Amino acid sequence: MAFSTIGSSGEAAIHGSVADALRGRRRSDTRGWAFEIGLLASLLICLLILGALILTVVTDGMPVYSDRGWEFLDGGLSSIADRAGISQGIVGSFWIAVCVVVVAIPIGVGSAIYLEEYAPRTKLTSFIELNIRNLAGVPSVVYGLLGLAIFVNTFHGFSGADGIERSTLAAAGVTLAVLVLPIVIITTAEAIRAVPQALREGAYGVGATRWEVIRSQVLPYAAPGIFTGSLLSIARAIGEAAPLIVIGAVTGFFSAGEGLNAQNVTDPSHLSERFVALPSIVTTWAKQPDEEFKVSNAAATIIAMLVFVLLINSIAIVLRNRFEKKRSS
Amino acid sequence: MGGLFFVAAVTSLVISAAILWSLFSNGWEFLTEVNWGHVFGSDSWSPRFDEFSIATLLVGSLIVTGIAMLVATPLGLGAAIYLSEYARPGVRTVLKPILEVLAGIPSVVLGVFALIWIAPEVVGRLFGEEHGRGGTMMAAGIGVGILTIPLIASVSEDAMRAVPSSLRQASAGLGARPISTTLRVVLPAAISGVVAAFILATSRALGETMVVFIAGGAADQAQYTNNPLDGSLTMTAAMASLAVGTDQVRGASLAVPSLFFVGIVLFAFTFGLNLIADRFVRRVRQAY
Repeated sequence: MAFSTIGSSGEAAIHGSVADALRGRRRSDTRGWAFEIGLLASLLICLLILGALILTVVTDGMPVYSDRGWEFLDGGLSSIADRAGISQGIVGSFWIAVCVVVVAIPIGVGSAIYLEEYAPRTKLTSFIELNIRNLAGVPSVVYGLLGLAIFVNTFHGFSGADGIERSTLAAAGVTLAVLVLPIVIITTAEAIRAVPQALREGAYGVGATRWEVIRSQVLPYAAPGIFTGSLLSIARAIGEAAPLIVIGAVTGFFSAGEGLNAQNVTDPSHLSERFVALPSIVTTWAKQPDEEFKVSNAAATIIAMLVFVLLINSIAIVLRNRFEKKRSS
Repeated sequence: MGGLFFVAAVTSLVISAAILWSLFSNGWEFLTEVNWGHVFGSDSWSPRFDEFSIATLLVGSLIVTGIAMLVATPLGLGAAIYLSEYARPGVRTVLKPILEVLAGIPSVVLGVFALIWIAPEVVGRLFGEEHGRGGTMMAAGIGVGILTIPLIASVSEDAMRAVPSSLRQASAGLGARPISTTLRVVLPAAISGVVAAFILATSRALGETMVVFIAGGAADQAQYTNNPLDGSLTMTAAMASLAVGTDQVRGASLAVPSLFFVGIVLFAFTFGLNLIADRFVRRVRQAY
């Protein structure tokens, strides 16, 4: 460092005061100090809110698990609070996640590749980009209207059912896939944009075609970012309730498809049936006048949902870190 | 392969067209058949009884969004300034996840939290216990505000971090304190990003459904009120409650089309706000 020529005694003190002066810090700067405390406080308030939220949910919801445990996860909807369970909601949320993976991620990654690697700089391209940014800002409840007007009617062919029976899990899954599509496109495009141009040029230099460059250089480099974005979009879809309510998720109770076992959860015939998902169950129960539903059962369902969402988020982070380590070695 | 990717990219245009088509083709019936006296002359939103006071919903949305922004702007901006200008890298890696976790919390969860905790513990204590017994626009607004904090924080932090450090160094070199550098140099340089964050958050708050539906204190109808301590409906909550009641409202002829009418109004507002925000965001990118 530049100051190390100063004599050894008291060097540390001078060091400190010079560093302070360089940072513009003065002992008497109470206004600046108060400002910094105020800023820090706003973050701490966020932490406090988060703490209160988790504490409330856990204290209200945990008794349900300690009293009923597996029975709550394995049971079906019921009008009696002590018997109500959420297995049908887990089935619904599972298939919504599957729809996002099957529909939104391929289309989203594909269009990001087009926009970043193929698209000519034309008016059409910038219109598509503007359109995607706008889609990302459309309220989720409006996507519900899209689902109600189009997907509900499109997919009822599966079951041939009519009336309210037309509101199937497939329609809900595709609606939520469409809802998160802009997120997948935007995060993937960002990841692709971060790929160094030198990698592409090197590959072109040895005679690779555009597709070979994308497959062998761009996608592997951008993979962690794409993967993280995809997982975050799944988490977003699992937590989204408004479109489900608008499409016609069951808000009373029904008995089909109970039970939390691999065979039932992964049975694709659920796609052509009426549905609930974890967030729609939370909504229905929170609107009940009965405290046991409104507080205990809703909070217990939230715990299950948060476990899913946080699990997905942490998988995203762990995998990204592993990828990045591999790259740097 | 290029052609296939092109088709994928065009999907987004198809989706936009489909959204507009579903809104207008279904809302058209309402626009042509409704007695407009029941839309502008009424003082309650009650689709089953042919009362479609859009003013009730607009005022509800305005109050909830206003409260949300009063909560979210200082907290989000404060957090953003701290993370961008004050926090050392080590502190940042510890504090940043608070906002990331908050951003990942689904809105239904915030709705339940607003109903069972914010209403009694915050609204009840601040404004009198009688207002804390159930949902109110105040409780819902605070909940929506918490939901938009991470959005304001992340967009404005990005804008401030994009300010070149040479500006900060020049300011410090002239003897400015950190507070002066932050308030007089960094913030003005990042102002279009901060404004964009505010507009985006307003749009998000306007479109937020579940928190208001759960904690807004009204079921399927609402009387006109401009008191935040009353329960009422916003545009979004009105849509959700109409949709929940669709089994029962099949008879009332205009109830379902009115769902799409409210959708058109909401879409127009958020679309306008998003376009304006987009302009501001691009101004930041052009500047540096």
